[in-house]
Amino acid sequence: MNDATFIELTGRPLIAGEARGPLLRLTHPISFWGGVDPVRGQIVDPRHPEFESIITGTVLAIPAAVGSSSSSAIMLELLREETAPAAILMGKADAILALGGVVGQELGYAPIPIIEVAPSDLERLPDGASVTVLKDGRVTLS
Amino acid sequence: MSLHLTQPERDLLAGRSGEAAALAMRVVTSAAELLGAESLVEISSAHIDGCLHHGDGGVEFAEALLKGDGQVVVPTTLNVGALDLLHPNVVRADGHKTDMARRQMQAYVAMGAEPTFTCAPYQVGHEPGVGEQVAWGESNAIAFVNSVLGARTERYGDFLDACCALTGRAPLFGLHLEENRTAKVIVDATNVPEALKSRDVFYPVLGTWLGLELGQEIPVIKGLPRTTTRDQLKALGAAAASSGAVALFHVAGVTPEAPTVQAALSLGREEDSAGPVEWVSQAIPHLPRTIHLESGGLQHALSRLSTAADTERIDAVALGSPHFSASEFRALHHCVRGRQLGVPFYVCTARDTLAEVESAGIADELRAAGVEIVADTCVVVTPILPARDGVLMTNSGKFAHYGPSNTGYDVLYGSLEDCVESAITGDVMRSDEVWAW
Repeated sequence: MNDATFIELTGRPLIAGEARGPLLRLTHPISFWGGVDPVRGQIVDPRHPEFESIITGTVLAIPAAVGSSSSSAIMLELLREETAPAAILMGKADAILALGGVVGQELGYAPIPIIEVAPSDLERLPDGASVTVLKDGRVTLS
Repeated sequence: MSLHLTQPERDLLAGRSGEAAALAMRVVTSAAELLGAESLVEISSAHIDGCLHHGDGGVEFAEALLKGDGQVVVPTTLNVGALDLLHPNVVRADGHKTDMARRQMQAYVAMGAEPTFTCAPYQVGHEPGVGEQVAWGESNAIAFVNSVLGARTERYGDFLDACCALTGRAPLFGLHLEENRTAKVIVDATNVPEALKSRDVFYPVLGTWLGLELGQEIPVIKGLPRTTTRDQLKALGAAAASSGAVALFHVAGVTPEAPTVQAALSLGREEDSAGPVEWVSQAIPHLPRTIHLESGGLQHALSRLSTAADTERIDAVALGSPHFSASEFRALHHCVRGRQLGVPFYVCTARDTLAEVESAGIADELRAAGVEIVADTCVVVTPILPARDGVLMTNSGKFAHYGPSNTGYDVLYGSLEDCVESAITGDVMRSDEVWAW
């Protein structure tokens, strides 16, 4: 499907919230630890196709989280440093990235929505378009 | 579907065992809800991957637990920190980072965790039995405890592992349940030459291939020698958990849940056929596919482990991810004995393993040859390497994977013997003929 066919999709909120930003769709799974610098809010794994992209303020779509279990800690630091994406859309829920969000809430950091989205829906998302994430897990064009 | 808690669990949540236990229980129950678990499971041990300093949020969290009188309620080991507490000058960090890293490590020790500071707790006496429910962090340790020891954990991230240790509970989902441990794909290594399968250098490459090819899918590998060692399985799992999200692999005739290929394919099957759960009916009809390991796929994985494949010079060597075992130290000692290494040469290990090789007299001989032994931490998690560029040679799939982004070094992958031979003068010596088939 191409961009023109995208109207909206509904995911499952892992951490509910509202956000808006340009969609950054990663074409390859990522390990936040070793893959993202939380101070710069940037992808730093030279083997990743979106190497050097800034994730801060984006609606970040990730097919899957792989690699290190320390990725929870990088998620927490992104929240603490205020370099986090505006929202994260994940192809598969796991106990790693969203957990960083849960702990961030306990420590009083500003939360971001994290939504589980069917992998087939993720592929329909128009990279670069401005999208809005709603509390009920809907993702629409802004 | 909602989460059912027992009375003792509700008491923990209500703060009857203190504020830290309540905070930990809130995190455990939030995780359980977002993962879709219907209840929690009691665990018998934990491994905490939360004492490594990535930024000050991790310190705030650990100290919040400590301030709330947090204490682990099951035997708990600690993963690497950002400092070598035994050799304080090894790490090149500034005063603030050093201070925060130390506070983070000490907070968990103060909560009753054992100061093992290793990514390979299974090498220092923490070995849960087959079927035991545990909560472990650290991707290689997760793969090892599930696959090689047959205990059951999910992939726990930093913080959740600590919260499980403080509550003695984990969300009951995923790999805690036998029906989710079934192999979904057969990887056939029968055609790989026996000479290659007998070499340690094969296993990180196989693991890298596995992670790239399967992501999170559970394989049963057939055709590996029954004599495959724990060090080889450790290297396989660590690489697979770096390039992919492999948390469990079975090796027919080698790992405990796979006496045969069929056994790994039928794990939890009785529960499956009795269960009315919707996804089961979707998962059963097709037979698992078989992937035959071929030279091309392995060559691709091998090439991914080097970002400086054509280099003729190396600037440093790093071994020990996961942490070096005593048997790996003996193999290194055999190669290095009586020689002098010409480039910085690091070996990372646990303090307990170091004590073992110190008393065997090996450590001093290695140091005399030019080996720097790093304990409690490792070269890709904290600044240890000399300058922020150059070529790092390693026999570790995990170092090869994370080295470039975490250290700024390019990496060159080779066997233990290749690493030692290349380190004598800095000129690359690699024996690649073992890969030609």
